[in-house]
Amino acid sequence: MKLKQTIGTSKITPYVFIFPFIASFLIFYLYPIISTFIMGFQLVYPGQVEFIGLENYRKLNNPEFKVALLNSFRYTIYTLLLLIPLPLVLSVWLNSGNRTINSIYRSILYVPTLISVVVAGTIMRLLFASSNRGIINTLAIALGAEPRQWLLGGPSQAMILLLILALWRWVGVNIIYFLSGLQAIPDELYEAANIDGASGFQKFWRITIPLVKNTTIFVTTISIFGGLAMFEESYILWSGTASPNNAGLTIVGYLYKKGFQEGEMGMTSAIGIVLLFIVFTLNTTFLKTFGFFESEGRQR
Amino acid sequence: MKRFLLLMVLITCMIGMVFAAGSKEQTAAPKEGTELTFWTFQDLHMDFYKTMAKLWNEQNPDRKIIFKPEVLPFQDMHTKLLVSLQAGTGAPDMVDIEIGKFPNFMKGDIQLASLNDVIDPVRDKFITARLDIYSKDGQNYGLPFHVGASVIFYNVEILKAAGVDPYAIKTWDDFLQMGKIVKAKTGKPMATVEVNGQWSFWPMIAQQGSDFVDADGNVILDNATNVKTLQYLKDLLNSGAAIAAPGGNHHAEEYYGFMNDGGAAAMWMPMWYMNRFTDYMPDLSKKILILPMPRWTADGKRSAGMGGTGTAVTKQAKDIQLAKDFLMFAKGSEEGNLRIWEDLGFDPPRWDVWDNPRMNAPNKFTNYYVNDDIFGMLLGIKDEINSVNVKDRLPAVIDRVSSSVMIQALQQQNKSPAEALKEGADLSR
Repeated sequence: MKLKQTIGTSKITPYVFIFPFIASFLIFYLYPIISTFIMGFQLVYPGQVEFIGLENYRKLNNPEFKVALLNSFRYTIYTLLLLIPLPLVLSVWLNSGNRTINSIYRSILYVPTLISVVVAGTIMRLLFASSNRGIINTLAIALGAEPRQWLLGGPSQAMILLLILALWRWVGVNIIYFLSGLQAIPDELYEAANIDGASGFQKFWRITIPLVKNTTIFVTTISIFGGLAMFEESYILWSGTASPNNAGLTIVGYLYKKGFQEGEMGMTSAIGIVLLFIVFTLNTTFLKTFGFFESEGRQR
Repeated sequence: MKRFLLLMVLITCMIGMVFAAGSKEQTAAPKEGTELTFWTFQDLHMDFYKTMAKLWNEQNPDRKIIFKPEVLPFQDMHTKLLVSLQAGTGAPDMVDIEIGKFPNFMKGDIQLASLNDVIDPVRDKFITARLDIYSKDGQNYGLPFHVGASVIFYNVEILKAAGVDPYAIKTWDDFLQMGKIVKAKTGKPMATVEVNGQWSFWPMIAQQGSDFVDADGNVILDNATNVKTLQYLKDLLNSGAAIAAPGGNHHAEEYYGFMNDGGAAAMWMPMWYMNRFTDYMPDLSKKILILPMPRWTADGKRSAGMGGTGTAVTKQAKDIQLAKDFLMFAKGSEEGNLRIWEDLGFDPPRWDVWDNPRMNAPNKFTNYYVNDDIFGMLLGIKDEINSVNVKDRLPAVIDRVSSSVMIQALQQQNKSPAEALKEGADLSR
């Protein structure tokens, strides 16, 4: 009887319920983060761990890591420029007009999201295969252009392929986010605007954009992280081998190469910490600028 | 009280469900023998070991094995192996490790079992250079599959159409000249060159006694021989006599299709590429002639031993001695070496089988290739097979060569061969 009382008390019950989450956080998040931080200062080989201070970070000062940083940043900026405005406009369009047709369009745009990156990347690779029988090359020949070695082209060509893949895959997700934001806007605002004689563009600029601000902030935040953490796309596009001239090398790609292909776990941890630092700084600055951390009461 | 009991039962059930998934494997193998797991990245290798496992079980009824092979994609397999060896659990008993990746497994406390005790009785029968590439500090950790002599494969149909005699091509200069003729007469390129891989460049420099790293492990990628050789490849491409391999390397899907359609007249690779032709380019049957590579100078060497794959036993093996004995039986015995040739078309690493009559008997390779006596051709160059150095920095060098150097110097041509090699060398030092 006594046991039942203890279990039932309001003091212990909450802890019992949150215990699984706390435990999984401690084991699967906090512990790895701390040990990654420590490993960043070590030379880690099987059965041989040695403390080497800042050596791992010093070794990161090399042209390859700079290429990886540059690629990741360029990719992030381009995806932000493409994956914020385009889904926003598309979702506004999908939110108006005939509902049945729109829900069909919506499904079509969302389907790519359900396909795994590996499958999508493999399909991309085969589409852009360098033989004359690759689909894109067949089209190019039909249009009178020269067939190309698409995947072996320079960095800009590689970036375009990666962006096509990102666009195809992520537009659907972002549309869903924006649609939910749009549906939260009360119709009265648009009605009032109509009475005042506002044009379609004015309504979009003055009502829609300001009112989906929170959605935009959210989408931007996850896009910054997603862009900087991009890896699978370039890994699959060049079928696991190093991309030509490191055109597709990203921060995480470099981390993977160092850690799992060359077995330098210490240096890998250092890269992970650098990435964590970059993402954390970028996102907190961004969120701070847009007043995301201000409490509800103080807003306005 | 009841409610508490119910809660405990529920929790136990849930925990039980989580672990149930993991324990299935262990309960399902009460068959006779010891289980032996094996990872490889080449399904042809797996077939070979399967045959040898059967043979082993026939000859060793008291030490039977249950052979469990698994084929994984090239990069994935090495990644998984590296991580499981690092973690100390999850590795297979036996594993194929590619030459360019081998040094990655020689770091720290080596997690592979030393094979010296099983090799020693027959050590003098092996080409020792082949054992050395999978060794560190006098301990052998891998058994080689082959000598990996590099050879050149000619498509005689295209050469005939161009009126070029492959036997008349003695040097790489001849090759370039004849290449121009082939291009002019047939419109097809003489050769393909890997621009996203190292297998066109590496045999060519090894032929001349150069390498990526020297015997002490220093990176020598940017030495004069290598610069000159890369310049030759660039000239070959720019003259139109060669093209960049479709897909960038000789193992791309596009490449097999391209060659199968008679895309180019020649290509050079280590001898183990023989089974890629038979298995992936069936339409070229009776059209391909294997010859030693052209020489660089009048008395230069005509081949280089590139090696390829070493099979190792991990320290995580359930029965290390059994795994070692089976490995030695499969790859180190006379019968094993004969079958390496018969089943896989590899030039076996034990020299004492080279003059065995079974090496001349017809098999799927002699049926496919134009040559009457493929192995006789190989015997003719056996003293010209230079070896390569496999040291710590090799994976890093190979990575830079295939990802940057070749592309910069050959495909995009935005850097001179000397500049590209220098940069690649500096990055991997």
